[in-house]
Amino acid sequence: MVFIRTLLNTYQDEILAEWQRQLVAEGATRSGRITEAELANQCQAFIDAFAAAVSSGSTDINSPAFGGVRDFLSDTARHRAVQGYTPSETAGFVFSLKKPLFDRLSSIAAEDPSTDVWALTHLLDQLGLLTMEVFQRSREEVILRQQQEISELSTPVVQLWKGVLALPLIGTLDSVRTQVVMESLLQNIVDHEAEFAIIDITGVPTVDTLTAQYLLKTVSAARLMGAECIISGIRPQIAQTIVHLGVELDVISKATLAEAFAMALQRTGRAVTRVGKPAG
Amino acid sequence: MDRIPILRMGDCLLVTIQVDMHDRLAMQLEEDLSERIVASGAKGVLIDISSLEIIDSFIGRMLDNIASVARVLDAETVVVGMRPAVAMTLVELGLSLNRVSTSLNVEKGMALIRTRLLNSGDVDADDGGD
Repeated sequence: MVFIRTLLNTYQDEILAEWQRQLVAEGATRSGRITEAELANQCQAFIDAFAAAVSSGSTDINSPAFGGVRDFLSDTARHRAVQGYTPSETAGFVFSLKKPLFDRLSSIAAEDPSTDVWALTHLLDQLGLLTMEVFQRSREEVILRQQQEISELSTPVVQLWKGVLALPLIGTLDSVRTQVVMESLLQNIVDHEAEFAIIDITGVPTVDTLTAQYLLKTVSAARLMGAECIISGIRPQIAQTIVHLGVELDVISKATLAEAFAMALQRTGRAVTRVGKPAG
Repeated sequence: MDRIPILRMGDCLLVTIQVDMHDRLAMQLEEDLSERIVASGAKGVLIDISSLEIIDSFIGRMLDNIASVARVLDAETVVVGMRPAVAMTLVELGLSLNRVSTSLNVEKGMALIRTRLLNSGDVDADDGGD
């Protein structure tokens, strides 16, 4: 890969300048997330690392010689994923280097017949792919973290009265979330010695067979521990869906949370009564 | 071979399982318990499993069996203090123990048996059985 080394040594400044021009022309700085000076620094850093790696004679991007390049690209990609760059913008960083490189390469190739253009293309493609892989992985990490946060935030178990718990469910129930919901409800039943747990599904937009099954499992588990579950807030559409799906919801259900609460109080020997005329 | 002690409290039998259940122990318990129910004429059986961390399908089915045997012998079975993890495992195994009554702790379990007996008019609560 002598020719790449020659290429970089001879034309480094010109390649760098042209690369930057091209990046700016492609709109790399348009979003305002990066200034031209910062972009110039990144380009310089990449060219330096790339030149160092190539001078070792290796063209395998997984070799130790390319460690610096890999680290730099990983950092940049991760950074860009967090900042909200699009995939094309991220990949374009490496791929836009192709034009300035190949422009100069033709002049070298004319003198040196052994020039392997394919090797250089392959090398740059590999680097571009590496960038995308890291970018993708970082995005997935962000999504995963958000998922965890949402599932932790959205499963509060509240005590309505001594021995009566309520679990207001909001949003779609998937298997992971239902697991968290189930565990926290059962643990709270133990902690509060609650005889009744009201699962309010007013905020659940759709119930499919899987969700219904999870609900039933939670109810059964609570029953095994000695607590009774009441499901409240089933919407008309959901009721129809459940019946059409043929799911046997063999649990106590009430239309509203208030009615479920009243029932739980009544079962524990309590009642809500008015003690006087309302004020005003 | 060790056995699980069965205590008598009035007209109830109290079984507190403190050790890990294995199959032989569970079968022995079923046998002992049915003999004690007949011998003492107990009307209620309370099984406290609050210290059990693992229940497999066999033990789960055994609990169901014990309850059925007790019912035949005219005694009400209440399983108390099941841990959340155990409850979830049993549900996943498809064992919902429909024939067994459950309660959160021994105190509530006792109260449950007492109310059931009062309602059925079998014994009066003050008598303390016998």
